[in-house]
Amino acid sequence: MEILSQIFAIIRKDLLMELRDKQVISSMLVFSLIVVVIFNFVFEPGDSQTKLTIPGVLWVLIIFAGNLGLARSFGREREQGGIQGLILCPIDKSYIYIAKVIVNIFFMMLVEAITLPIFWVLFDMSPDINFPALLLVLFLGTTGFAAVGTIFSAISAHTKSSEVMLPILLFPVSVPVVLAASKSTAKILAGSSLGEISGWIKMLIGFDAVFLIACFLLYEYVFEE
Amino acid sequence: MKNSNSLLIVLIGLSGCAILAALFFAFLYAPTEISMGDVQRIFYFHVPSAWSAFLAFFIVCIASIIFLINGSAKMDTLAVCAAEIGVLFITIVLLTGPLWAKPVWGTFWTWDARLTTSFVLWLIYIAYLMLRRQIPSEEKAARLSAVFGIIGFLDVPIVYMSIRWWRTLHPQPVFAGGSGSGLDPRMLTTLFVCIGAFTLLFVTLLILRTGITYAEKELALLKSKLYKG
Amino acid sequence: MIRTEGLTKNFGFKKALSQVSFKIKEGEYAALLGVNGAGKTTLVRILSTLSRASCGGVWMNGLDVKKNSIKIRKIIGVMSHSSFLYPQLSAEENLIFYADMYRIPDKRHYIAQLLKRVGLWERRYDLVSIFSRGMQQRLSLARAILHQPKILLLDEPFTGLDVHAAGLLTDLINENVKNGITVLLATHDLEYAKNHANRILLLKNGILSQDTAASAISLEQITNKLTN
Repeated sequence: MEILSQIFAIIRKDLLMELRDKQVISSMLVFSLIVVVIFNFVFEPGDSQTKLTIPGVLWVLIIFAGNLGLARSFGREREQGGIQGLILCPIDKSYIYIAKVIVNIFFMMLVEAITLPIFWVLFDMSPDINFPALLLVLFLGTTGFAAVGTIFSAISAHTKSSEVMLPILLFPVSVPVVLAASKSTAKILAGSSLGEISGWIKMLIGFDAVFLIACFLLYEYVFEE
Repeated sequence: MKNSNSLLIVLIGLSGCAILAALFFAFLYAPTEISMGDVQRIFYFHVPSAWSAFLAFFIVCIASIIFLINGSAKMDTLAVCAAEIGVLFITIVLLTGPLWAKPVWGTFWTWDARLTTSFVLWLIYIAYLMLRRQIPSEEKAARLSAVFGIIGFLDVPIVYMSIRWWRTLHPQPVFAGGSGSGLDPRMLTTLFVCIGAFTLLFVTLLILRTGITYAEKELALLKSKLYKG
Repeated sequence: MIRTEGLTKNFGFKKALSQVSFKIKEGEYAALLGVNGAGKTTLVRILSTLSRASCGGVWMNGLDVKKNSIKIRKIIGVMSHSSFLYPQLSAEENLIFYADMYRIPDKRHYIAQLLKRVGLWERRYDLVSIFSRGMQQRLSLARAILHQPKILLLDEPFTGLDVHAAGLLTDLINENVKNGITVLLATHDLEYAKNHANRILLLKNGILSQDTAASAISLEQITNKLTN
């Protein structure tokens, strides 16, 4: 119970900070919108070839925007040594990780919720798809990405050029997430049911589980000084 | 010191002989493959390099775990040196693969499971080495890269599986006894000789590299003492 | 209250601290002196559970740091040159967050008292980002003593403060000393340490070279010991 209320306090603090300066959401959102617009110039909307590339572009968009958001969300924590204040609190560092992952998933899903409808309208995509399945894939993919991204943003914050290091660490490791998520998104957009993509869903769940547990255990080593 | 030096010389001599033997087996002993011709012989260097690279990355992971538990600087040095040599071997894999693939598959590169996995591995461990150079404090660099080394290695099987489901073109492992296993016994012998030689080479390189790293650190310490006094 | 035995911190060939042993009794105000790079910050980090020692032991209020880091964090307050505050939040919100983390009962009432004590009650709704350095450090002290710690660890808290702000902070620290809190202050300001602390610890190249009552040593002696 004590831990739950502490996790909740961290989440509330992060949301309150975001409400004040809107740095994370705005950087991700503006970036996403720009990419959608550029994509519109490059490909012909409504073209059948374009339809095939949409899932890939969507996930590239999500991980690039996610990368920006993760960097910002952790950078803010470090401004006044806040992260030290946080780890001096009587809470296991692993639970700080849990709180941070939840916050990062929330921020990313929020941006996805705004970007996706715009994507839909601009590319004239069919509204007749399995919407819950798509939501599930978005959630699982975002969770996997945030699971490793949360620990890597803490690691890269210690480096001399953190904004370069974060994607270099993060993108190769998240290859399975991007692959599984974009493949299942493609199948869903092509009208497949959840049963037909169960293999990919299992892979996403596997990735999420492995890295949530591993990072939960490893997080305490990121913050020793 | 003298003792370990002579041991090292023996090791270097041994791995030199082993590599010569591997060359003999690969080029003279093993028969020419019927359909692919001589280009198939690159397989005797390609597979052992891949094996050594995986061994290296496995050592990175194990050394990192031990380092996080007991904080021993030796384990950290072992992890970095293994990563450096692993990157070297995986680079050989990435270079020899296309040389073979062009005449056989008709293309240098395909996004096949094993190729892509090797490429992603290469990226992960390049990132590992970059990360170390990016952190000013030595201890912090050790700790953070250990965390990354463990996560990176955990990722290997998942990367492999995901890409395998995605698409695969690579020949099935021929010596595992699965379907398509029809390797000439002499070829098999050659392969094992080469794997043995490459493993020995890897161990020698690893010992040499860790020795150099220690010497570097000791030198840096002596220098700092000299300028203080 | 604070006890270390054979405390050593090294990495490979580099030694940050070696064989540091000392005892600080309850209610003592000890100053940890040393030039930059002597190992002060490393020592304070180990005492505050932020960092782990390579060898040796640390006991805070009888608790072993290795086994009871969470319990120890409940009884220590840490203040350093960075404020550990969130500039996007107001003074009150910062304290409320930390109060939630320490699970302090009746937090609003208590925080109000604390803000009055450090003279920031009127500014409680203002964002920390517009605070002056002095105000930030006073709020930081309020954050450090929020959970009524038994031990206060201060690492160069006066960095970047003007005379007036430093004076206010000094009064606040002394008030805590009077209330019986054990204080360890790491600083390079010899004169300040000599004037306020009742115990002097000198750290030189990671070795504890002197451990004495403040009254038993003169300022010149301290200066000599540190520079030689």
